[in-house]
Amino acid sequence: MAYFTEENLRRAHEIIDRYPRAKSAVIPLLHLAQEQNGWITNEAMTHIAELTNVTSAEVLGTGSFYEMFKFHPVGKYLVNVCTNISCQLLGGEELLHHAESTLGITDGETTEDGLFTLEDVECIAACTEAPCFTVNYRYFHRADENTFDEVVAELRSGRSPLDKGKQGDSGDIPSHGTLSRIQQHIPLDRKAGITPPEDSKTAPVWMEKNAEEAKS
Amino acid sequence: MNNSAPAFAAGYINNDGPKLITERFQFEDSFTLERFLNTGGYDGLRKALERKPSEVHDEVREAILLGRGGAGFPAGVKWGFCPEGVWPRYLVVNGDESEPGTYKDRLLMERDPHQLIEGCLIACYALGLSQCFLYVRGEMALAQERIANALNEAYEAGYVGRNILGQDFSVDIVLHWGAGAYIVGEETALIESLEGNRGMPRLKPPYFPAAIGLYGQPTIVNNVETLSNIPWIIDNGASAYKEMGSETSPGTRLFAISGHVNRPGVYEVEQGVTTFRDLFYGENFCQGIRNGNELKMFIPGGGSAPWFFEEHLDLPLEARPVGEAGSMLGSGAIVVMDETTDAVKACLRVVRFFARESCGKCSPCREGTTWEEKILRRIYEGDGRPSDIELLLDIGDNISPGPYPVAAFSDQNLEAVPFPPRQTTICPLGPSSVAPITSAIRRFRAEFETLITQRDSIPVSAAPIEVEQ
Amino acid sequence: MSDENTSEIEVTLNGEKFIANPGELLIDAAERMGTEIPRFCHHSRLKPVGMCRMCLVEVDTGRGPSLQPSCMLTCQPGMTVETESEKTVKAQDGVLEFLLINHPLDCPICDKGGECPLQDQTLAYGPGESRYIEQKRNFEKPIPINENVYLDRERCILCDRCTRFADEVAGDKLIHFQGRGSQTEVNTFPDEPFSSYFSGNTVQICPVGALTARPYRFKARPWDLEEAESTSAFDSVGSRISIHASRNQVLRLQGVDSDSVNWGWLSDKERFIFEAFSHVDRLDTPLINKKETENSQQDKSSWPESLKAAATALKETSSDRIAILGGSRLTNESQYAWTKVAKGILGTDNIDAQMGDGLPPEFLLGLPRATINDACKPGGTIVLLGPDPKEELGSLYLRLRHAVVHDGATLIELTPTSTGLTPYATHSLRVRPGETAEVVKAMFGEGGVAPIGGVDPEDAKKAGSLLQTAESVTVLLGRSSLAETEGPVIDAALALHDRLADVQFLSLIRRGNIHGAFDMGMAPNLLPGRTTLTSHQASIKEIWPTLPTTRGHDAVQIIEAAAEGKIDVLLLLGADPLNDFPDKSLAEEAIEKTKTIISIDLFPTDTTSQADIVLPAAGPTEIDGTFTNLEGRISLISRKVSPPGTARPDWMIAVDLAKYLDIDLGFSSVEEIWEEIEKISPIHQDIIHSLSEQSREGVLVKGGFELSRPGETKVQSHDAYSFRLVVTRTMYDQGTFNAYSQSLVGLAPKASLGFEPTDFSALGVEVGEEVEVVGSKGPVVLPAKPDSKVAKGTVHVGLNHTGFSATELIDASVPVTDLTVVSK
Ligand SMILES: Cc1cc2nc3c(=O)[nH]c(=O)nc-3n(C[C@H](O)[C@H](O)[C@H](O)COP(=O)(O)O)c2cc1C
Ligand code: SF4
Ligand code: FES
Repeated sequence: MAYFTEENLRRAHEIIDRYPRAKSAVIPLLHLAQEQNGWITNEAMTHIAELTNVTSAEVLGTGSFYEMFKFHPVGKYLVNVCTNISCQLLGGEELLHHAESTLGITDGETTEDGLFTLEDVECIAACTEAPCFTVNYRYFHRADENTFDEVVAELRSGRSPLDKGKQGDSGDIPSHGTLSRIQQHIPLDRKAGITPPEDSKTAPVWMEKNAEEAKS
Repeated sequence: MNNSAPAFAAGYINNDGPKLITERFQFEDSFTLERFLNTGGYDGLRKALERKPSEVHDEVREAILLGRGGAGFPAGVKWGFCPEGVWPRYLVVNGDESEPGTYKDRLLMERDPHQLIEGCLIACYALGLSQCFLYVRGEMALAQERIANALNEAYEAGYVGRNILGQDFSVDIVLHWGAGAYIVGEETALIESLEGNRGMPRLKPPYFPAAIGLYGQPTIVNNVETLSNIPWIIDNGASAYKEMGSETSPGTRLFAISGHVNRPGVYEVEQGVTTFRDLFYGENFCQGIRNGNELKMFIPGGGSAPWFFEEHLDLPLEARPVGEAGSMLGSGAIVVMDETTDAVKACLRVVRFFARESCGKCSPCREGTTWEEKILRRIYEGDGRPSDIELLLDIGDNISPGPYPVAAFSDQNLEAVPFPPRQTTICPLGPSSVAPITSAIRRFRAEFETLITQRDSIPVSAAPIEVEQ
Repeated sequence: MSDENTSEIEVTLNGEKFIANPGELLIDAAERMGTEIPRFCHHSRLKPVGMCRMCLVEVDTGRGPSLQPSCMLTCQPGMTVETESEKTVKAQDGVLEFLLINHPLDCPICDKGGECPLQDQTLAYGPGESRYIEQKRNFEKPIPINENVYLDRERCILCDRCTRFADEVAGDKLIHFQGRGSQTEVNTFPDEPFSSYFSGNTVQICPVGALTARPYRFKARPWDLEEAESTSAFDSVGSRISIHASRNQVLRLQGVDSDSVNWGWLSDKERFIFEAFSHVDRLDTPLINKKETENSQQDKSSWPESLKAAATALKETSSDRIAILGGSRLTNESQYAWTKVAKGILGTDNIDAQMGDGLPPEFLLGLPRATINDACKPGGTIVLLGPDPKEELGSLYLRLRHAVVHDGATLIELTPTSTGLTPYATHSLRVRPGETAEVVKAMFGEGGVAPIGGVDPEDAKKAGSLLQTAESVTVLLGRSSLAETEGPVIDAALALHDRLADVQFLSLIRRGNIHGAFDMGMAPNLLPGRTTLTSHQASIKEIWPTLPTTRGHDAVQIIEAAAEGKIDVLLLLGADPLNDFPDKSLAEEAIEKTKTIISIDLFPTDTTSQADIVLPAAGPTEIDGTFTNLEGRISLISRKVSPPGTARPDWMIAVDLAKYLDIDLGFSSVEEIWEEIEKISPIHQDIIHSLSEQSREGVLVKGGFELSRPGETKVQSHDAYSFRLVVTRTMYDQGTFNAYSQSLVGLAPKASLGFEPTDFSALGVEVGEEVEVVGSKGPVVLPAKPDSKVAKGTVHVGLNHTGFSATELIDASVPVTDLTVVSK
């Protein structure tokens, strides 16, 4: 069943072609599906299964292991507040409670206007910059209640708060699902060539150099 | 942009020591190909291509470059474990950085992606690896953008892909997105994930990646920081590298110091020279505990590491002495906690992490970590039972049998039990949940007892910890 | 390495030394030595995962003792193992406690209670009291994951057995782990049930009561069950089974692990078919049609009355006007008894256990024969020249799939449709029926460059070159389409036989004990022990009163003769020509024209309702005896329950009928029949004795015929305007057993006409639109659909699908049936 748009289908094939085996593309394609719709529908998984030659149950089995994949609608902005140890020590939980009362929702819930979903998350690798939170995986370091309120206000008014992140990121925050605003693209004439492992059973050519000099 | 003022990456703090992998962090455009080439970028690759692959491998072996992902295994030795004559071989870069307290690989990926790419290329050249996968933690959107951009630039400019630098060396580097699962940082789980599966670890033996890895082929898994060191080593030579650091741990390492210090941040530090005390209190480093408070405890190497205390401050930042004292440097994540910290709460918070992140494969980890968390939460919320302390220790013993590695307490006549812990599980995640419990109970048993026996006299934090149902 | 191979692997287990086999897992080796290490996830037919951690034992490989999972550890020289040390016991107790904390304590209402390793372990070693006071994990109670299997996720201990089975063995990855950590569950994709022909195996291997099968749910407690090991007589694989019964009722069948046959697996049809035998409609008393009134009707009768009537009808005619059809349902002993009645008493050679849907036994048994293990040899080469094993011989399919997927065997298909094995085939040549022999020749470079039989000669050559370099080849031989007569299949088989140096054949003739029927002489010209009217042992004449002198009719000839009014008495041994014979209209005529029809059967069928005398027989769980599978392997069938009413074993009916023919058949028990078989059959010497020594693996019967070479069949050429008919069987259809088994009824697909997709679009009709086709039979109107399984220029119809019996389209008088589509 077709789920991907024509453009995304093209991207899907480009992604699949980067792997020696199509199944490796399942996770990237789930991201692509989430990018298209904000969350992952059954139709999306069935289409991914077709594209990668696995069953829908396998796609769901893989997908449901990873917490970034949402199998139900979430807000345009996913707000993740870290409460793991480093952040907790410096007020991560207080920040989370502030976020809960500001947005009027608790962990896992979405605001009625569909704008925000809030999550209490584990360490997001910004420990020295605690406490911190992310919006659609864009960082806001050393955040306090004011930072949080400002970010929410900006988002509500349609402006990007990225420069408040104290982390050198800028531009717009894409809506939930779009992770990277830049895609890898391998030009065909530059591609070394990706083959299934069973089709490349010999040593790469440059390894011959080892033998060559050994002889001389 | 030649004279751009030292901007420094968010979180990174420049100190006076040698800079092998953070040199470019001072430039705002450190992640661009242009800046990279202006600052000696791809010189290591050029030098490597002039030599035999085996010589490049020897250079890395000679440098005793210890893995930076946590286990500290020498990269050059690991590279030698690929079985002869079995092709193809792959390189998988572990950029899944998720260990609590760890923040360094994200910096390296965001601030200097070309350095990492160069390291990958050299590794591929040395070992005949025919394809490289850069597995980047899903939650790191900016890192993905910077790497995607860097790869696009590098492909375009002929540094990656077919006939690199016009030679008969060709390798594709593929950026792969993770999707949120700490366990995927474990190398065999990483491989499962890269194959499109649930990230559940495989049992070693037989699944040592170097022998049976991605698609069942020999696979080298290295950490981002490990590989980021390679260009410098090849460019400057192993002996120059060994001039820094200690004999068994040469070179520098990135340490992320978080928690109750005045100047938390990521520091590039010579291994074995600097001590924890220097790091916490030194002018060049963290400049002391906040508000002049006393140190209560610190985690020397990520959430998985047994806790250290006051008496460990003079240990050097070096794998061996830290191991001998009963903990580990792990992924270079140091979390400092001052006297105001509630030991039970800290313990609960770290255990909750492991319970949430257990992949679910092994019964002791799947069931045991959630059980530990439930008991700790009960104790913390004032519903503890007197038998709970022994129960926690016994559950821990069933996940990680025998004396759990713990720091030595000279004052209590306790000797350190060295790493690695024994485990009834496949991977060390389950046993890692035992570290905070054993550490906290051994040192702060009284706090547990007080919570259990005098539940009303202790002010319970206004912010009870949410626990996943 | 070399001295490692030669030196013995000495392992010390609890202080005692033993020698392990190379590559043997510690858990299996210990079990072999009588030390059972507890386990949940380990299953010797699945790849080790080491998930449950129950099998931890203390092992010292020279670096000090440590706890290791014995299910993942191969035995190494010098290893010291302690399975009862303090550390081992502590670790195992710990794991058990972990598994129990979230496991509901509903043992008293759990189907697994009493045979649950978790329960047993807990009783044996577990702590008396739970230290877990928290709330247990909650899931919705049992959810159906397909028509017959229920899943209770609360009871699941996540051992990965069912999911590994679905992936590794069945290849139907429709159940999977979902979620993570303590919230992990097994489940299907929403609205995509676990539609696998093999789903019942998951119930059998689930170590707790998480997976249960509908037919057994809440029916019995394991301690009430009596068990008997037996052989599944349902198809010709002869899977080893264990029959579980309570109070004279069969409650379930389980697979038994035999190395040479089914490895413990069963298809759902083999597993659930038993329900049919306790169906209320089972024939339980003789019926007789006295033809006194215009509207003939069957009345209940007694055995003496009906047997006498049968004997009278037989006595009143001559041996050449008597014919016998069927017999594959019977045990070897019953088959022998009936062959003796037919050939040795009535003197007729008109007997055929096949129904025009098999191959001549003299030809089939004359080919060099392979065993299942030969065919599934690691690294071997297999050619499929026959039906889809997945649809017809489920447990053989699993063995073949394993060989190709896990053991590096190479598969080449020469079939008119794709099969369950196609995804794993190296070459899959879609051949138009009737032209396979030509394609075989093209594989060996004989013939031109033009496509032959729908196959590009280049593709054929590529496949052929694999065969030429293969060390040895096994051909799986059978009828891939019922609309193609045996002739073209024989030609193709011979073409392969003559071109390959080392080739063996494994018969895919599917019906029950059909190979026993061959060996007992239930075919024209055959006598027991793979002898013929001319080659038999002298001893037979001493024992049998008479012998036919000339070769008789096979099934097709019998039906043809009957249709011409040349048969007076037609004796049916579990045969239902109206449904089973490939040419339905011919069968109808034959039944109509025959004076007396005697039907011995288990169920009312279309044919029994037309019979003059109906005698009720005992079913496969109601008799003792032996079975011969498609390899020629004999194994035991065991009686576990008694037949309904006065139904009795077929051999006993033969003995009784003989009495009314005034002859003593010479035996009154199964044992006495065997004694007689051993006296006259050159190939069955000492079988019963060997069988008693290795009942699980059975005994292979060897020897027999010289290769016979029936003349070549001329096939009419295929024109571009017609579609060649392909008729195949599916696992589920409207067949008798399916219809009477509650678990299987209703699973038959709907009848349709399947066209190759480009052919289909050329037809210009909508998917599902009705289309009229006509050949020498017909016309027939059915919904049409594209079918990517079939070759161009063919039309595919399933046998006995809901709404239509494909036999109505088949013309058995020509090698292949061509149809044209009537344009609207
Ligand atoms: C539970 C667990 C989590 C891990 N997480 C990471 C990680 O996030 N990043 C990493 O580089 N290594 C991680 N590791 C270590 C890897 O398994 C592996 O040792 C490392 O990537 C090897 O690279 P290195 O030799 O360069 O250090 C983890 C290990 C375990 C057991
Ligand atoms: S210890 Fe935990 S995380 Fe590691 S494999 Fe076992 S269940 Fe998974
Ligand atoms: S039986 Fe070995 S871990 Fe389950």
